[in-house]
Amino acid sequence: MEHATAVTGNLETSTGIDNKKLLMWLFLGSECLFFGSLIAAYLLYRDRSITGPYPSDLFDIPFTSVSAFVLLMSSVSMVLALAAIQRGNIRSMQVWLFTTAILGVLFVSGQAYEFTVFHREGLSLSQNLFGTTFFVLTGFHGAHVTVGILILLSLFAMSLRGKLTQEKSLNVELAGLYWHFVDIVWIVIFALIYLIQP
Amino acid sequence: MRSTGDMTLAELRKKTGGPVAADVSAAAEHGPKHPGAWEYIQIGVVLAVITMGEVAIYYTDIAHSLLVTIIVVLGVLKFSLVVLWFMHLKFDNRLFSTMFLMGLIAAMAVFAVVVATLGGGLV
Repeated sequence: MEHATAVTGNLETSTGIDNKKLLMWLFLGSECLFFGSLIAAYLLYRDRSITGPYPSDLFDIPFTSVSAFVLLMSSVSMVLALAAIQRGNIRSMQVWLFTTAILGVLFVSGQAYEFTVFHREGLSLSQNLFGTTFFVLTGFHGAHVTVGILILLSLFAMSLRGKLTQEKSLNVELAGLYWHFVDIVWIVIFALIYLIQP
Repeated sequence: MRSTGDMTLAELRKKTGGPVAADVSAAAEHGPKHPGAWEYIQIGVVLAVITMGEVAIYYTDIAHSLLVTIIVVLGVLKFSLVVLWFMHLKFDNRLFSTMFLMGLIAAMAVFAVVVATLGGGLV
């Protein structure tokens, strides 16, 4: 019996869906569980520290709001990069891809600054339960953003060498999915960790 | 009616539970119906306004439970806009939504179990 097959660019698949895109969504699903567990751990322990500093002593909401805004806008530039390459406009795609990477660097720099300030105020990974859960959660998120920046810069370098064409727009789409995911994780972190305090 | 081997396309779709070669070829011809750049910018503006609203509400003097409710609702709205439009779940194959929702539901289940058994929470 013949299997139903579909041509999806590189390989034929029995589902008619590109395997790389399917794998990315499966990966993002597993990442939901990963970050969900870290967020649950933070919310469980945030007001159980017996020594300071506490979240209300440290959080700088105006500064973090700007960081959240920067990451949100990077999602807009990312999706504009995808729209550009799907139209075949490589030059525009390069501009938006590089803009996204720069906004990502700005976000990570802000996070590094925030970590430095918190450390000076006496918060460390082993100081109290708040420090442990906060640094693990936001540290892993920052690591994800850093990986995203490296992916974006790799795509940018590929496009400069003419190796990223309209036919290979799936690569930009996959990078975009990953980038938007780190953005939605920050949407949750910003709301639940920063804006809702005990 | 077009057929693949001894089976019709309708029978083949029913058997595989998904699209078949002819469907994908048609989709490739017309391309997925994704929004344009202008629509993305409009959504970006909406996201920025919601974020400003979140921060503004944080500084207002309202009951904590009401603050939590409003922040959670606005967060869910931002999350949905990014996932549905920027990540194209509104337009792409439903299998992608299933994959993502499985992880999301598992994460919410972990959260519910943690709150139910160990305490903690938002309010």
